[in-house]
Amino acid sequence: MSPSYREIAVNGLWKNNPGLVQLLGLCPLLGTSNSTVNALGLGLATALVLTCSNAAVSLIRGVTQTAVRLPAFVMIIAALTTCIELLMQAFTYELYQILGIFIPLITTNCIILGRADAFAARHGTARSAFDGLMMGVGFGLVLVTLGAIRELLGSGTLLANMQLLFGPSAANWRIEVFGSDYKGFLLAILPPGAFLVLGLLIAAKNILDERAEARARALAPAPEPAPSRRVRVTGVIE
Amino acid sequence: MLPEMSRSMLRNALILGLFAVATVGLVTIVQQATAERIEVAAREAQIRALAEVLPAGSYDNHLLDNALQLNDALLGDRTLPAYLALKDGQPSGIILQAIAPDGYSGSIHVLVGIGSDGRLAGVRVLSHKETPGLGDKIELAKSPWVLAFVGKSLQDPDEAHWGVKKDQGVFDQFAGATVTPRAVVKAVHRALQYFDAHKNELFARAAAAPTASAPAEERAQ
Repeated sequence: MSPSYREIAVNGLWKNNPGLVQLLGLCPLLGTSNSTVNALGLGLATALVLTCSNAAVSLIRGVTQTAVRLPAFVMIIAALTTCIELLMQAFTYELYQILGIFIPLITTNCIILGRADAFAARHGTARSAFDGLMMGVGFGLVLVTLGAIRELLGSGTLLANMQLLFGPSAANWRIEVFGSDYKGFLLAILPPGAFLVLGLLIAAKNILDERAEARARALAPAPEPAPSRRVRVTGVIE
Repeated sequence: MLPEMSRSMLRNALILGLFAVATVGLVTIVQQATAERIEVAAREAQIRALAEVLPAGSYDNHLLDNALQLNDALLGDRTLPAYLALKDGQPSGIILQAIAPDGYSGSIHVLVGIGSDGRLAGVRVLSHKETPGLGDKIELAKSPWVLAFVGKSLQDPDEAHWGVKKDQGVFDQFAGATVTPRAVVKAVHRALQYFDAHKNELFARAAAAPTASAPAEERAQ
């Protein structure tokens, strides 16, 4: 049974968010989230690859047998990533240089193969592409939030260097939130800062979820059996 | 007739082969379509980087057309590109690339622009792995520190004062990071020494490369 578009969107953006719940693709999530522009660049690239790969995998799901399914998926994902890499090199050369190895590494981002296998191989093309888009946007939103918080704490700015992505007119988008004297909270830009901020984001999401659940329980007291939990997960996989 | 298992293996192999052809084909098409633009973008980025270390009016050639390959212990013992600046066909300066091997975490690559009078026209850090927030103030994006090099030469300050303040030199260090600026200052100093020792030889190469300097002469007329 295919889930509705609404369910797919809620799943990708919140309930089953790749960054906050599935904790997939942590390496680029933590590695490129030290500024908003890097985060946005990688988020867009990942979302694009994820949408295209989900659509492509869904299209060929009738052709491939189980034995060669994964190699075929990996080939599609690698080819799409290479195309995105070439396009970024052609149109946003400086951002490409900053993101460096993280672009080709999109190929190995578990969320992409994960969605290909868990969703796209079982559902229609339109729904799969939409799932890829929503998962990608969900991932990108977490990435950008993380990038913005780390940039704000670490450098005291927001939206610095946006011209790398949007051309020269974006150079003055930079906002100095704490004034030019701000010394910067170094830890936030360093790798441990990424873990700390991500931890806080996950905690915040869980608090919101618990509140929503408590409210729902108050309205309808019928208890449901607890669904199974997987180990490396901060929520419920469905 | 092939047995069932072989048939399915053959089928799978064929499918995978088809996938390989299709995906490689896709990549090839995109590669063909973007190759030219990527080359232009890379070249533009390089020109922008080079233009930062020599003042705009001081040369009229395409720096990338007058590239040299240099290898010297003073520059870091690796083959590195250098670019000759010409004005009216005459050498007016040079851009050297140098490596500071003694950064806090790995080598620091710097671009050093030197005018024909031996004075520094500009210094930029190309790549480094220094600590964010401490050592990365060598980047112009983070701090104006590198601008202190402009106008300095081998004689000004003298040998004894070519260092960071902690070493009785004239250049600032950063609070909490002395190793990084010290490494950069030393690398720039060595690049100046190299230029001083090889100036005539380097500039002679400009005259020896008529194809490269020809466009500059045409424009001068």
